[in-house]
Amino acid sequence: MNLKTTAPTDPLIIAGKSYGSRLLTGTGKYRDFDETRAASLAAGAEIVTVAIRRVNIGQDPSAPSLIDALPPGEFTLLPNTAGCYNAADAVRTCKLARELLDGHRLVKLEVLGDQKTLFPDVVETLKAAEALVADGFEVMVYTSDDPILARRLEEIGCVAVMPLAAPIGSGLGIQNRYNLLEIIENAKVPIIVDAGVGTASDAAIAMELGCDGVLMNTAIAGARDPVLMAHAMKLAIQAGRAAFKAGRIPRKRYASASSPIDGTIG
Amino acid sequence: MQIILNGQPRDCDAATTIARLLEQAGYAGRRVAVELNQEIVPRSRHDSQLLADGDRLEIVHAIGGG
Repeated sequence: MNLKTTAPTDPLIIAGKSYGSRLLTGTGKYRDFDETRAASLAAGAEIVTVAIRRVNIGQDPSAPSLIDALPPGEFTLLPNTAGCYNAADAVRTCKLARELLDGHRLVKLEVLGDQKTLFPDVVETLKAAEALVADGFEVMVYTSDDPILARRLEEIGCVAVMPLAAPIGSGLGIQNRYNLLEIIENAKVPIIVDAGVGTASDAAIAMELGCDGVLMNTAIAGARDPVLMAHAMKLAIQAGRAAFKAGRIPRKRYASASSPIDGTIG
Repeated sequence: MQIILNGQPRDCDAATTIARLLEQAGYAGRRVAVELNQEIVPRSRHDSQLLADGDRLEIVHAIGGG
């Protein structure tokens, strides 16, 4: 059984659309757009996040843009609301993104609580999610690792719930596997770990727990060789997913011989 | 008259449309989105939407982010 034959039968489905890749990548912190594109391709990412920001009036408006490097025909762009600290700003940002991307409805909602932790403000996140779903957006929501809150966000109508594994950009890895497990087991929408991954084994652990995908940015963009790390993450996601589907053995305290005991000499 | 463009004051002629302002700023034909006084102005209305003194205009685009 090889991954080439299993991958098409195991798509990630978000808001009714199938994706072959379970690795979603951010586009921030790269050296230039060439590196952003090379890393996105090496990751095999189909969904890439983008931020919405004011243009710099006075700077050369004809300079290359991110969207030239990652055209919407080739990638599904996922505009985020990074930098928003209240529901109103997040909703405004999503409306701007929809206009910018010709009626595009899929967004990543994140409403942050403070600059030190970048933990989500869950009260404002819930408010924004309700408003956005009512306005026809397909909301993938960044949230804390609270199973009750994850359920509420699903009930509101979010198309994917994206709990953090550790603080954004921290690289601390999966700090909360039993919370994630609880969220995964209760969910009917895809659960995507968003934030906290540091290296490939972290991504594999998330997938082995049964997450439907992982979204990461800093772990790739901040690596010494981002393109190579993107490749490593792609393999880790595939390995973790396969291991989850294969079903791991139970943990036992003592040894269990792999070779038959009968027929030994002596 | 004066408007606030991306948080900064900017002088502009009376009877300036959004399309005209985008042209002056070098963004004609570029992929941007425009918000006027916290309401989206669809691309189809850039040619007809006039600016008024004190208007707050936001012009945004997509950049790298996670």
